[in-house]
Amino acid sequence: MEQPASAYFMEERHDPNETHTLTVLVANEPGVLARVIGLFSGRGYNIESLTVSETESHKHVSRITIVTTGTPMVITQIKHQLDRMIPVHRVVDMTLTGRSIERELAMVKLRGTGEHRVEALRLAEAFRARVIDATIESFVFEITGNTGKINQFIDLMRPLGLVEISRTGVAAISRGPEGM
Amino acid sequence: MSDSKPHDPNQMTGAAMIVRALADHGVKHIFGYPGGAVLPIYDEIYQQSEVEHILVRHEQGAGHAAEGYARSTGLPGVVLVTSGPGATNMVTPLADALMDSIPLVCITGQVPTHLIGNDAFQECDTVGITRPCTKHNWLVRDVNDLAKVLHEAFYVATTGRPGPVVVDVPKDVQFATGTYHPPRKSDVHISYSPRVKGDANAIRKAVSLLAGAKKPIIYSGGGVINSGLAASKLLRELVEVTGFPITSTLMGLGAYPASGPNWLGMLGMHGTYEANMAMHDCDVMLCVGARFDDRITGRTDAFSPNSKKIHIDIDPSSINKNIRVDIPIIGDCGNVLGDILQVFKSEAKKPDTKDWWKTIATWRARNSLAYKTNNDVILPQYAIQRLFEATRGHDTYITTEVGQHQMWAAQFFGFEEPHRWMTSGGLGTMGYGLPAALGVQVAHPDSLVIDIGGDASVQMTMQEMSAAVQHELPIKIFILNNQYMGMVRQWQQLLHGNRLSHSYSEALPDFVKLAEAYGGVGFQCSKPGDLDGALQEMIKVKKPVLFDCRVAALENCFPMIPSGKAHNEMLLPLEANDEATAAAFAGGKALV
Repeated sequence: MEQPASAYFMEERHDPNETHTLTVLVANEPGVLARVIGLFSGRGYNIESLTVSETESHKHVSRITIVTTGTPMVITQIKHQLDRMIPVHRVVDMTLTGRSIERELAMVKLRGTGEHRVEALRLAEAFRARVIDATIESFVFEITGNTGKINQFIDLMRPLGLVEISRTGVAAISRGPEGM
Repeated sequence: MSDSKPHDPNQMTGAAMIVRALADHGVKHIFGYPGGAVLPIYDEIYQQSEVEHILVRHEQGAGHAAEGYARSTGLPGVVLVTSGPGATNMVTPLADALMDSIPLVCITGQVPTHLIGNDAFQECDTVGITRPCTKHNWLVRDVNDLAKVLHEAFYVATTGRPGPVVVDVPKDVQFATGTYHPPRKSDVHISYSPRVKGDANAIRKAVSLLAGAKKPIIYSGGGVINSGLAASKLLRELVEVTGFPITSTLMGLGAYPASGPNWLGMLGMHGTYEANMAMHDCDVMLCVGARFDDRITGRTDAFSPNSKKIHIDIDPSSINKNIRVDIPIIGDCGNVLGDILQVFKSEAKKPDTKDWWKTIATWRARNSLAYKTNNDVILPQYAIQRLFEATRGHDTYITTEVGQHQMWAAQFFGFEEPHRWMTSGGLGTMGYGLPAALGVQVAHPDSLVIDIGGDASVQMTMQEMSAAVQHELPIKIFILNNQYMGMVRQWQQLLHGNRLSHSYSEALPDFVKLAEAYGGVGFQCSKPGDLDGALQEMIKVKKPVLFDCRVAALENCFPMIPSGKAHNEMLLPLEANDEATAAAFAGGKALV
């Protein structure tokens, strides 16, 4: 292969992409979410899912859970970039610890009558989804689980009259007695 | 790749697509500055003749020049700059254009996609940095998206409330080959559809308010200019049909002629007494394409307390932002004015406003723009008046910098037509006027283009004199030189105990020599008696000019509504003695 004339044209190395779940503890101050998101968009990182909420109000700490994809080098770089932001307390790669639990909540609205309705209820029971709203022609199911399980449930509901989905995105926590 | 394949004319590099898209959108001139990340585009520009490139000396100059070009033609201004510093130097003009609703399409180079986020040479997060100062922006990562994004960029910049947009194009996308397509409807986000036509019910209600008014006023703004020449015509017709008095914001000057019988002059902080008093005392206010900015309203809780307000604006977020209005009409000014006129003519007749005009005449008699004449030194107000007289009969365009001279220009230069007045209103950007004049002159090569400047402002973008000389653009830079940052000094005198902290320029260049150094022509004038002759000489020169007009150093700009005061608490020029001034500014610090 010909050597490129400038560093501009050196090709990127294509290591396979990995998906990682990062937990970021941040000071709950105005603009902090914009800073984190701006880092991702500015540097061209991916966001598959992002959830944020204040978790320790007395310490003004919010917890951001981000699911991202990238080569191992990019993932490391993302963690370093997050860690050097002033309002960021800690960054933990939940995927690397190998001991994390990930959950997501979805609310799924279906419309239909007759056979479809019965089938939907049967599947919901198998997935341990709860009915949280019902009319004679509709249901809203609440389901929690990991992303894969929710995707699977939604795929099954699609032919049964799926109308609308609302998902929280992934929240993660480590197993065992230790906190982060 | 076989040679037998027929050549598809729509297959081209990203760089070629950019130049092709400019041509497809009718762009004749672009303003720019080359650099590493836009070299492929510059290479394409070199090989064609449809689009003419104007080389500036600093990217900020390109931005303001494009603003001047846009505002004087009604067409979008186009800018091409490189990545990193090229893009960051464009931030001021983008913010300026956003504030003043000026359509700009700015194309920035970016480092190749695989280097984005790596802190590469001349990399910056252009889309992140410009997000708050553009109407919308795009980073194009795939050459096959480029045509669509470019067409959408032009559409977004020029429709609805106009504004600046940025298209950030990485260098590898400029080199890559893809498929171009000409502009088509589906290029635009379906989520973007600005409303043009006003609600018929609201228009009917507005007309019945107008028809019943005893003390009406029309308050027009830059939206009328942006809407196009037809809107200004309709506004004039509405004034004629209703007999209402009309005032305008800084941005709206020229929509109604300054020589028109119903003209009250500009309103706001440095507006006329009659305009502000009429705003305060009116019973029906028709706001057309203006946004109740704080320089207009003064104290909002005392703003026009007894009036019903109608607000025409194309931007729903302008409605009820600063001032609560009774009848909002969302739509294009020209379109809505046309509907109002039609309904008014068929259903209403001219209200009797004789008493109201009598009251206005008593306010007018206060002569709020008066100043003490002087035979020894040139007063800045006098200089503008003489400049206005000297330009009568010429096809004149005026730009300004920001400060006292800008307000005097607005007060004393009479604008008869829209698109003739280019000034930085919302952002208040010192250094706007010189490059803006350059842009205006590019669009109107045979017209008389004058930047009314101050000695401080004009030095912020002075380097563009070199661009003017290169492109043979005979712009006239008329500097009201008082050796101060006059407006800063005025506020320090009024609000900070006359402690003139860093508002005096201890050293100024010799503007005549400076003009000559650039290859232009310099003038200097310090005697009122010599001014007219010197102005005639200046107008005759077919080269860029710096005119150093030495004016009274300590003159201040009146009338003035002290910041945070109401419209009926104006400080008038001949009454602005120390006591009145102290009283007007008593009761706390002005916030802005």
